[in-house]
Parts: sequence; C-alpha cells; structure tokens
Amino acid sequence: MFDLDKWQEIFNTIEKNKLRTFLTGFSVAWGIFMLIILQGSGIGLQNGVENEFRSSATNTIWIWSGQTSKAYAGMQPGRYIQMTNEDHDNISKTVKGIDKMSSRYQIWNASTISYNNEFGSFSIRTVHPDYLYIEKMQITDGRFINKMDIDEYRKSVVISTKVKDALFKDEDPMGKYIQVNTVPFKVVGIFTDEDGRDENMQVIYLPLSTAQRVYGAGNRINTLAVTVGDASVEESKAIQEDIRSRLAARHKYDPTDDRAMFLWNSVEEFQKFKSLFASIRLFIWIIGIGTIIAGVVGVSNIMMIVVKERTKEIGIRKALGATPGSVIGLILQEAILITGFAGYIGLVLGVGLLELISKQIDTPFFRQPEVNINVALGATLLLIVAGALAGFFPARKAAAIKPIVALRDE
Amino acid sequence: MIKLQNIHKSYDMGSNKLHVLKGIDLNVGQGEMVSIMGSSGSGKSTLLNIIGLLDNHDEGDFYLDGMLIRDMNETKAARLRNQFIGFVFQSFNLISFKNAVENVALPLYYQGVPRRKRNKTAMEYLEKVGLTDWAEHLPSELSGGQKQRLAIARAMISQPKIILADEPTGALDSVTSMEVMELFKEINQSGITILIVTHENDIAHLTQRIIKLHDGLINSDHKNGHHQPLNVQAIAV
Repeated sequence: MFDLDKWQEIFNTIEKNKLRTFLTGFSVAWGIFMLIILQGSGIGLQNGVENEFRSSATNTIWIWSGQTSKAYAGMQPGRYIQMTNEDHDNISKTVKGIDKMSSRYQIWNASTISYNNEFGSFSIRTVHPDYLYIEKMQITDGRFINKMDIDEYRKSVVISTKVKDALFKDEDPMGKYIQVNTVPFKVVGIFTDEDGRDENMQVIYLPLSTAQRVYGAGNRINTLAVTVGDASVEESKAIQEDIRSRLAARHKYDPTDDRAMFLWNSVEEFQKFKSLFASIRLFIWIIGIGTIIAGVVGVSNIMMIVVKERTKEIGIRKALGATPGSVIGLILQEAILITGFAGYIGLVLGVGLLELISKQIDTPFFRQPEVNINVALGATLLLIVAGALAGFFPARKAAAIKPIVALRDE
Repeated sequence: MIKLQNIHKSYDMGSNKLHVLKGIDLNVGQGEMVSIMGSSGSGKSTLLNIIGLLDNHDEGDFYLDGMLIRDMNETKAARLRNQFIGFVFQSFNLISFKNAVENVALPLYYQGVPRRKRNKTAMEYLEKVGLTDWAEHLPSELSGGQKQRLAIARAMISQPKIILADEPTGALDSVTSMEVMELFKEINQSGITILIVTHENDIAHLTQRIIKLHDGLINSDHKNGHHQPLNVQAIAV
C-alpha cells in the first residue's frame, strides 16, 4: 500500500489518462457536492424555522381577553372581558405546572420617551420579573425588573441596546433618568434580544405595578404569559384547559366560547414545526441517499468501463510478469485514489458554496445552512468503498483472464 | 531447456470440443533458434502459449529448464514468466500511454527493481536496439520496425532464458523483417533460446531448425536445409 514505486506507477497512469480520470472523479465529486448542498439546505430551513421561535420561549402559553360570543348565565354575548391582577394571583396560586409567569399591560397612548434633548417613540411593556425568561432576553448591563420594583412601585426602566443608542449615544445610561410620557424613570438595566427583530428591540420595560399606578390603569392587565417548564404537548394542553376553565368561572362566560379568551400554546405550535422538520429531514435524507446511489452506480459503471478498456494493458502486464494480485491492487488503488480525491473536492466545493450562501442569504425560515461533517465524511467514505467494490469485481475478472485472451488480436 | 512429452490441449467451443494439440513431443536445447511453422489452425500459437506459461496444457509432461510445469497457479506462472521468458508479439503489445523507456522498463517493475535503476537499464537496452533517440516517444510515434525493436528490448531486459516470438515479422515489410531477424540472431548468439512462430518460409529459413505443425501434430522437424522426418507414426495419422 505504501510502496512508493507503486504509487508512481499509479500517478503515471492517471496522468496519461486524464479524461478517464476526470469522468470518474466528476461523478463522485458531483454526488458528494449535491448531497452536501441538499443536507445544508435542509439544515438551513430547520435553522430558519427554529430561529423564528427563538425570540420567545417555546414552552409558553399566552392568554389575552376578548369579547364573549355566546350567551351565558343570562348575560348577552358581546361583553368585553377584562383581566386584572386578581386573575394573575389566582392562576399563579391554583394552576399546577406553571414555571414562570408574568402579566403585561400595554400603554397605548403615544409613547414619547426622552432623555435631555433626545426623543424617541418606543413601545412600553409593563411586566413582572419573569418576563425576562418568557421573551428570552439577554441583559447586557445592570439587571431586569425585579420583585422589589414591583413591591415598592419603583420607577425603574430597562431599555434595549437600540433605545440606548437612540437616546444616549455614547453616554452611559445606567442610573440616568428618562422621561416616559413625561414621568421620569431611572434606567436600571440594558437588554438585547438575540433575534434582533425590531418589534422586540424598539421596547422599554417598566414594572407592572408602577405603571398601573402612574398611568391610571388600576389593576387591569392585557396579557398573561406562563411557561410550563419541559411539559409535553399533552401536559401543556392540560394546563391550558385548566387556566381556561378557571378564567371562565371567574369572569362568568361559557368555557367553550373561544372568542371570550384567547389562549395560544407555543408548545403545541412548536411541536407542529418539529414534526414538519422531521418530514423535511426525512425528505432530504431520501434525496441524499438517492443521490449517493446515483453516484455509486455512476462510479461502478465507469470503473467497469475502465477495466474493460484496460483488458489489453492488463494482458500485457500479465505476460510481462504481473501477478493477479498486483493487477487488482493497481486498479483498486487507482479507483480509491480518484474517488477519495474527487470526493474531497466535492466536499470542499459544497461546503464552500454553503458558506457563501449563508453569508448572502438572510431571510426568515432559511438561516445558516451547514452540513453535519460526519454525514459528509460518511458519504465520501461510502462512495470510496463503492468505487473500490465497483472496481474490484471487474478487476478480479480481468486479472483472471488468460493473457492470451486479453492479447488476442481484434 | 524445453521438453514436451505427449502434450494435449483442447478448447471448449460451446457444446463441442476443439482438440488443438494432439500429442506434441518436442525437445529444444539451450541456445537453439527454432521456428515453428504451420497453416492457421495447426496449433502453433497454442503451442507457443503453453510454452510461454500463458495457457495450461490438459495432458502430458512439460519441463521448463528442468522444472515440471503442472497446475500452475496464476501468481507462480507470472513469476516464472517474468524470470524465464520474454515475449514478442505480432501486434507489438506495447502499452500505449507509456513512452519507450517506460515500456522497456516494465518487466523490471514487476521484479521490484527501483525506478531509477530500471530506467537506466532500459536505456542500455534501447541503445542495443538503436532507439536511444526515441526513448521519450510514445509507441504511436514509432514505425512498425521501431515498435518491434522496442518490444524485443522489453523482452530482453529481464535477461530471460527463452524468447518466444509470435509472428514477429507479420506486420512488417521485408526489409524491416530482415533487420528484426538480425536482431534475433544477435540475441541468440548470446546464448538465449529463441522460438519463432511464423508462416513465412524465408523467415523460417533464417533459423537453425524448422518444426512444421499440421493439425495438432508435429509434421516434420529438421535442421535448416536437411529434411528429417521425425516421427513416422505421427505422419501416418
């Protein structure tokens, strides 16, 4: 195998038969290239979808109120439901399986936020401390809203890095006061949201209790969000139904009235996407395996033609004293060398193209196409083995041919 | 050097058997230059292939340099061919993608001689056949006579005891044929046994001994110029 002279003989043969070498190599390189592109695209699709979910926790149930659409207990439909802090406390105390929980109250009037002479218009979300985990934010400086802010009605505010850039430029905002609809709030923390979507970045967070008091909201809330830990789809649905029935009892509406209260279960949604990924992955594997099979058949074909074409040469070599073993070795080593090298080229080209694509493309649902290196190496190895096997049987047959048959004049 | 006793060989041609050699007895001593003649189908090429260990005989005893050749496996036959026998063919059988010096050096590759040394030796043999200037040329760039001289250099390089030539002049014009035969004579004078299969009388008459085959049997075997009916029984059949 590591006989230098044998390799020289092989390189010599390859050098003198460029077209044949190119054709064999091309089919191998193409197979690997296609497999990598397909795998990469599949993973890109998956990354894209997963990224869409990254902005918030994938185990959250969101609850917001609406208007009744069914008559219930003598009341006409069309009644507005308003959730309050009591709903929050009641659910937090009675519903089992809740991990994190936060209410949210949206300040709807025009939100002008200013610092000295810098003004900006940002959404104001007023929340509980647990909201940090529900929205999956990263704190880059200071802290998020905490329990003391809520309990003591502190005028604290947490701003995004974008808000900081807009209002403070290069100044350090920590401890400074900003005007939120003419009320001063002290900056206690800065956050960023990994997905970088504007709707989650053009935002400031205030403690819910403070906001309710300052902006005259009483005890009203708009939205409830609870996380369910690592509950399964079934468990999360049970929790969802538990919340629904308790809210229905508290607000006296028909529990089957799906317009009175809206519940959105991200566990269930995420599960749907997960099974979609599974189908996509299966599809990609089927195509990938199909491509590999096509590559194997291509390599086998070419190897058989190569051996047939070389029958006379093999006859000459045998007449001059080549043993059957050395003939098989020569053909096999050449096949392995070509398929190995070409496979590597296909691998590099495929990965290179994916790198290029992942830099250029930034659309939702397609992100960072990449390929599992083990899959790529495995496929290359498979093609090499296939090429070797495809070469081996004709080579053995050729080596067994009597030199006189091989040398017979046409 | 070569001793054949009652050699039989037949080929399966589908349902019927083609009996090609029907009991050949032959002795060739060291340093002889023998031509084998016969019409096509007389079995002369088959005989040469058996002597050259390219084919197996069915029946009889075959001694090569005192060794009994029987049920050779391919690997052993390949080693013996490499060591003992040089081949020259009508259609030259050079490897088309190798240049002259690489073609000549090939038998030494199978002896495990290092590349540099075997190319040096190959150049010496190319010089002997007058092809030094053509060392880097591919076979397709050479004339018929040059190709055959190249093939002879290749047959010589492993310093065999026997050279087997199957119609070596079949594809050459008469002048070139004579040059090739001169080369064979020189080689023969260095003590190497040469067997030439030919159907040309003037070629055969340049050898020391002519064996005529007819229908799978030796018809006549005589020193050049002296007719010697060898086996009366064989002729009777």
